[in-house]
Amino acid sequence: MSNSLKDYTCKLLEKNMREDGRKPMDFREISIENNPIKNANGSARVKLGDTEVIVGIKLDVGSPYSDSPESGVLISSAELTPIASVDFEPGPPRERAIELARVTDRAIRESKVIDFNKLCITPKEKIWMVFLDIYPINDDGNLFDAAVIGAVAALYNTVFPKYDEKEEKVLHKELTKTKLPLSCKPIMCTFYKIEDKYILDANAREKSISDCRVSIGTLDKKTVCAMQKGGEGTVTSEEILDLISEAFKRGDEVRKLIK
Amino acid sequence: MGGTGGPDKLIVNGKRLDSRKLDELRPLTIKAGTIPNAEGSCELQMGETKVIAAVYGPKEVLPRHLEESDRAYLSAYYDMAAFSTTDRCRPGPDRRSKEIAKVMRDALAASIILEKYPRTSIAVYVEVINANAGTRCAAITAAAVALADAGIEMRDMPIGVAGGKADDTVILDLDNQEDNFGQADVPLAILPRTKEISLLQMDGHLTKDEIKTIFSMCSKASDNIQKAQKEALLAKYGREKNE
Repeated sequence: MSNSLKDYTCKLLEKNMREDGRKPMDFREISIENNPIKNANGSARVKLGDTEVIVGIKLDVGSPYSDSPESGVLISSAELTPIASVDFEPGPPRERAIELARVTDRAIRESKVIDFNKLCITPKEKIWMVFLDIYPINDDGNLFDAAVIGAVAALYNTVFPKYDEKEEKVLHKELTKTKLPLSCKPIMCTFYKIEDKYILDANAREKSISDCRVSIGTLDKKTVCAMQKGGEGTVTSEEILDLISEAFKRGDEVRKLIK
Repeated sequence: MGGTGGPDKLIVNGKRLDSRKLDELRPLTIKAGTIPNAEGSCELQMGETKVIAAVYGPKEVLPRHLEESDRAYLSAYYDMAAFSTTDRCRPGPDRRSKEIAKVMRDALAASIILEKYPRTSIAVYVEVINANAGTRCAAITAAAVALADAGIEMRDMPIGVAGGKADDTVILDLDNQEDNFGQADVPLAILPRTKEISLLQMDGHLTKDEIKTIFSMCSKASDNIQKAQKEALLAKYGREKNE
């Protein structure tokens, strides 16, 4: 099937069209539900067409790394649970889950959206740890961009739990009104290459015939904060530069959707 | 069970802390067909407990040696999202979730006509996204809807519901506080048509009479839960039929 689908898709792309009626650089419809998870400190449920992801944030107190004694930490993980796709199996995270978590982590971390220095409680001893957990509910391609939108939206929803300094205990059931110290909204745009053409936000069918992908994270209309290429094909530097311009433009449209 | 630091009283003047009656279920909402990738799926909310179930299959059996010549191979999987509990839980299966998956599988196997699907596998997956007690019961109710949504033939659509005891009083459908600070918890799966029980667990302290009361409360509740299951399926399929 993949050859005929590929030929068909390429022919459509010649005319700037896609199977589902989108233009090459269009996202699918994006919807964001804020705070669907009551037990999380912050959460978001994101739909990108039929792709759906829940991201939850939990805060806890721990000890800092010795090389950064006064800063908080971010720990990101993703579980590709089998509810989301026939390709996912139960068990500990494998390659794909690890890549999804790390790409999302990098977009958040490198953007410096979280002011980690403000997450210090006692230098060298106690800091806030931010756990970011990604759970795809339905995988119809491009989990990366959905996960980053979910992560940023969830971070903006996050409030601290109470911390009892005397008892040195986090009271997870008692939430304060204090929000995380955040400064910007990184957005990821993932482009898939089919022959010599690129499309944004590929669905599972388009992904299955693609040669490779490039994810570009942006902070605003002029700053790139993360990049990652995946898959076996190759890309040229000119192509990347064009994609960066596209990522600035499309990223800004998505950024406006996050409250 | 029997935890410390809870409220002084769980039941005041015959009402529970969330103002429910003793034999009243939490608000229940069920939606069928929420995951496009799955053959059948369901999202269920019971009070603050929220679960998502998906069914994949009947499909090829992998690994091959698990294939059975006269019936389907049924597998079940139960997982809690890391953010689903007040203290973050480590992602991935632990001993508790493996045990729940096992009893859930057995409870569902009792109602599925597995002989209809020889040499295939049917996989049921449940993800708990917000936990507030009763997750295994919610998982079974949701899994049954997902199985029906997938068109898998069943003798009856099973439901999950828990009975228990708090402040020396028998109650239905325990929430987190009642589970943690109460005296007993009895999760059940029931086939509402025949009232057969396909899952039974218990911890805590109960007399025989109390257990009898719990059984009759749960058996009554099973009809209401199945009604909600059927309404969810009708909401998805009913309209198409009328057209």
